[in-house]
Amino acid sequence: MRPFPPTFTSNMTSRPGGRHVSFGPRDNEQPAQTEENAPTPAQLNLTRLFEQNQERQQKNMAAKATEQPPDGPAKGKPRLLLMGQRRSGKSSISSVVFHKLPPSETLFLESTARIQKDQLPSFMDFQVWDFPGQIDIFENPTFDMDAMFGEIGALIWVIDAQDDYMEAVARLNITILNLQQTYPNIKIEVFIHKVDGLSDDFKLDIQRDITIRIQDELSDHGFENAPVTFHLTSIYNHSIFEAFSKVIQKLIPRLGILEAMLTNLCRTCRFEKAYLFDVTSKIYIATDSAPADMTSYEICSDYIDVIIDVTEVYGSWPRSEKYRGALEAPPWSQKIEDQVASNWAESCMVLSDGNKPIILREVDKYLALVAIMKEDSYNKMPLVNMNVEVIVQGLKEFFDITKPK
Amino acid sequence: MADTETTTQSMSHAAVSDVRNEVKKPKKKKVLLMGKSGSGKSSMRSIIFSNYIARDTRRLYANLPTPYTLYTRSVRGATIDIDLSHVKFLGNLTLNLWDCGGQEAFTENYLTQQRVHVFSNVGVLIYVFDIESRDVDRDMATYVSIISALTQYSPTAKVYVLIHKMDLITMHAREAVFVDRVRLVQQKTSEYTQAAGISGEVDLVPFATSIWDQSLYKAWASIIHDLVPNLSVIESQLGSLGTIIEAEEMLLFERTSFLVVSSWTSEEGRHNPTGDRQERMSNILKHFKQSISRFTGTPRNAEQFTLMEHKAGTRFSMFVCKFTTNTYLMVVLPPGEARFNSARFNCQIARESFRFLDGAASGQGQGQRY
Repeated sequence: MRPFPPTFTSNMTSRPGGRHVSFGPRDNEQPAQTEENAPTPAQLNLTRLFEQNQERQQKNMAAKATEQPPDGPAKGKPRLLLMGQRRSGKSSISSVVFHKLPPSETLFLESTARIQKDQLPSFMDFQVWDFPGQIDIFENPTFDMDAMFGEIGALIWVIDAQDDYMEAVARLNITILNLQQTYPNIKIEVFIHKVDGLSDDFKLDIQRDITIRIQDELSDHGFENAPVTFHLTSIYNHSIFEAFSKVIQKLIPRLGILEAMLTNLCRTCRFEKAYLFDVTSKIYIATDSAPADMTSYEICSDYIDVIIDVTEVYGSWPRSEKYRGALEAPPWSQKIEDQVASNWAESCMVLSDGNKPIILREVDKYLALVAIMKEDSYNKMPLVNMNVEVIVQGLKEFFDITKPK
Repeated sequence: MADTETTTQSMSHAAVSDVRNEVKKPKKKKVLLMGKSGSGKSSMRSIIFSNYIARDTRRLYANLPTPYTLYTRSVRGATIDIDLSHVKFLGNLTLNLWDCGGQEAFTENYLTQQRVHVFSNVGVLIYVFDIESRDVDRDMATYVSIISALTQYSPTAKVYVLIHKMDLITMHAREAVFVDRVRLVQQKTSEYTQAAGISGEVDLVPFATSIWDQSLYKAWASIIHDLVPNLSVIESQLGSLGTIIEAEEMLLFERTSFLVVSSWTSEEGRHNPTGDRQERMSNILKHFKQSISRFTGTPRNAEQFTLMEHKAGTRFSMFVCKFTTNTYLMVVLPPGEARFNSARFNCQIARESFRFLDGAASGQGQGQRY
């Protein structure tokens, strides 16, 4: 019997696994492991889990220490508040969207006991606050309302559509009425959640029913144009990302300019559709004025996945100095930096049907521009690239100007 | 289904056609896919050769342990007796895949009445173990009796042991469980060979697999790898192409299954710490193919893209392009626009010398017949 080859691969994370990779040049890149005495992938996974737990615990501790939400450093950052009945799926939503947890694993999430505050390193540094469902904040005088709702932001109210939603709607009504009096600027987004198990007709019926109940209650109290929006969501498809995209878009100052830039790009390059993505969460923060459809959004966000995965495999290890030297020697005789056209990731894919290429261009660490082009555009790639470059410069300027000081 | 023709026939028909086949082409070896009922044999085959995907069905049955199996069950049902399929691979290699039903009644039948028919002229036996199975002893007993039949009629056959459904084991316990199970299989096999007085050892290769990640591609890629004809020619040609264009790594994929047929890695590329990158790339690209098919509305087996290029600034650049009719070529290059463009151009030219991948062998066969 010959000895068995080490065929076991314990790195069994499926593709949408929990990791945060940017495909831009990294600031402090270190080789993850050395050749000799490298820990096995299983060990690495364990350490990772351990660290995550530690982090969570620390976060809990912090939340405990300051029951009153801290204010100072958080000023100016838009805030998303996730609220709703218990077991309506708030923590599942935030872990799927912001922590890349596979939807099937959200079954094992524990019930949230304290307010979970997440700082997201993203293009605009927003915070996500996950509220425990069993606490009613208006009956609890220890909560500092002003600290919670004083900043700009959105309140996301999650309603479980597969359950009896009367109580949830009643509580939502109370919340809206309370907020409308003191903080009329806060945007209220209602996620009619867990609609994946329902038929299309039933979904629309539920949405209509909830809308009517809330609007009636509001107009009874004399609020005619309260900023309440409804979304049908599920974590098992892209609808949750699309709903979040719409919510985030409302929080971006001067979104119109971004949209105008993208529309302009679409016109000059004859693109079918262009999206500006936040890479880590795959939320799109702007798109052109053409009507958005689910399929093009899905393909673009899946393409980001592909690029992240490929970059993780081939771009995450440092090449040796000697090799680099050989690459800069004749016949090329140029520094590597001068040999490339762009320091950021550029990618393009040509599909076989009617040559409908998809292009991706990284804007900065957090943002990427993904667009679907029209037939035969691949032949004009150099021209397209030049136009995209101009827009990318424009976007960078835009974010420099609008950045909160 | 462009080139994967699946024929399910009743056993009597199969026997007749098989006899005819054997007369015509005596050297086409069988690939037997065996294992206990419900261990995931047909699921595996559907994912690799018919472009089914685990993720799609996960959405439908998210809370069940192995939704895919249930899905295949409800649609296709359990495999009755033997499901014969001829899978065309790379144009000139046809796999004669025998997917054997796992119910005990069938297994009995294979071992007694159909013993000669099933176990003669076998090239490869793929034996699938369900890691969750409660009755390990009985599994082992069945396995040993199958190995005995195999050594009797096809002593030269290669044996692959797949320890399947590894996703059901917690992450940190996987390695230990796998090693443990493999040791048991190994021990049973050697016990049998010693008892039967067989001098030569059974050639046994174990893999841990799961349909939810790339491990499935790793196992099947190495099974297929050993069956591909004129592999040495492909490998040397790929190597010289890689040296010319200064590539770091090149992977040659089969068109529909996206299994890695052959690969070449440069001196520097070998330092890449990601050991399972080949099967990861198979998995990534095959998943994206599904997304494209949903986007364009074309069938899953259709060819979905012709070119993908990616330049990651000063880190690396890569492209995947349609190469020959049955293959895709992936090239990883060091950064540099000029290098990238000339490599793409060179790969276009190199297509000519890889023409033989498109069933040149079967072309010759036809020539001889006339």
